[in-house]
Amino acid sequence: MNAATALDVAAVRTLLEAVRDPEIPVLTIDDLGVLRDVRVADDGVVTVAITPTYSGCPAMQTIADDIRATLAGAGVETVHIETRLAPAWTTDWLSAAGRRKLLEIGIAPPAVASSDKRVLHGAAVAVACPRCHSQHTELVSEFGSTACKALYRCRSCLEPFDYFKCL
Amino acid sequence: MSEAHFTYVLRLGDNALVLGQRLSEWCGHSPFLEEDIAMANTALDHIGRARMLLTHAGAIEGRGRDEDALAYQRDEREFGNFLLCELPNGDYAFTLVRQYLLDVYHELLFDALTSSRDGELAAIAAKSVKESAYHARRSGDWVLRFGDGTEESQARAQAALDELWAYTGELFRADAVDEAMQAAGVAPDLAALESRWRARVESHLTAVTLRVPQDAWQPDGGRAGLHTEHMGRLLAEMQFVQRAYPGLEW
Repeated sequence: MNAATALDVAAVRTLLEAVRDPEIPVLTIDDLGVLRDVRVADDGVVTVAITPTYSGCPAMQTIADDIRATLAGAGVETVHIETRLAPAWTTDWLSAAGRRKLLEIGIAPPAVASSDKRVLHGAAVAVACPRCHSQHTELVSEFGSTACKALYRCRSCLEPFDYFKCL
Repeated sequence: MSEAHFTYVLRLGDNALVLGQRLSEWCGHSPFLEEDIAMANTALDHIGRARMLLTHAGAIEGRGRDEDALAYQRDEREFGNFLLCELPNGDYAFTLVRQYLLDVYHELLFDALTSSRDGELAAIAAKSVKESAYHARRSGDWVLRFGDGTEESQARAQAALDELWAYTGELFRADAVDEAMQAAGVAPDLAALESRWRARVESHLTAVTLRVPQDAWQPDGGRAGLHTEHMGRLLAEMQFVQRAYPGLEW
């Protein structure tokens, strides 16, 4: 693609709204805080910077492939994917829309900011049930269906649910 | 490139890779479903960490070896992981007592490495320290459950600790590589790390009614490539596909 027809950054960002977390497809990579930067060079080459949520997150490769495929579909010939480790991803980067979407599909979003003293000291925080909003819940397992989630159970409505853990 | 720098980062990667491989052996075999998932997730965190560290080591070396070349195309004598990481899993108490000892070690080590002069290593450490803190919480809870549990669980956890304790000596024994890296501001002081580790581990073990073993003879050699008889079998399984079909991708 030559410079005359190159997409601008805003257009690339709009296209990237189609790239979802393959494990929680209601979230865009922007909602998730995985999309860190988009740059378009004069020659039309697009650079997309992403950061892994967890070191071993198996979704990263799929996300990178999906970014390439999405942009290729819009005529972008050359895409560089830059993996950025610093600063390290934190659940604080989940967007407000992302937190709302998690609740809507029955996943409790991170209860507090990662800088909260209780998180730093590994203390338990109250996680509200995404269905009945009761605070009367208990941890079943530190790990849930994916690396980013823990498994909880609500003691009021008795439903088990995933909690997007705070990191 | 600096040979010591390459070796230092490579060893960190080898610890993560070999421990991740061991943990992954529980996949499908853990005592109940939630634990199976937890074990597999923890294994994945270690393997992800190994990928970042080995990639970085390959870049420092500058001879074109990537994470796969370093993981699958080196032989036993070229691996510099601690013996503690390669020991067979044993029972669940053995696996989780080892995990606890190493999780606390990694939490403290990576915390110190966040201020390493090697910027890439500091970035990997900043990511890993959060995960290790989370792992230490889980393995620490298991140590509590074993220690304060039944007579059987207490006895098994104590037997595991008695066997594992001697292998922790290697975690803090500085050699020429560590000294060079510490002098260069890349690596932390191991003596300071050891006193922090001992204080934390010993207070938790004592609190959960486990007896901290007496210090005695401590095997080492893992970092110099002198491994236990278990290492060859571990590598044989881990490297089989790449050895049989070099360069295979899917």
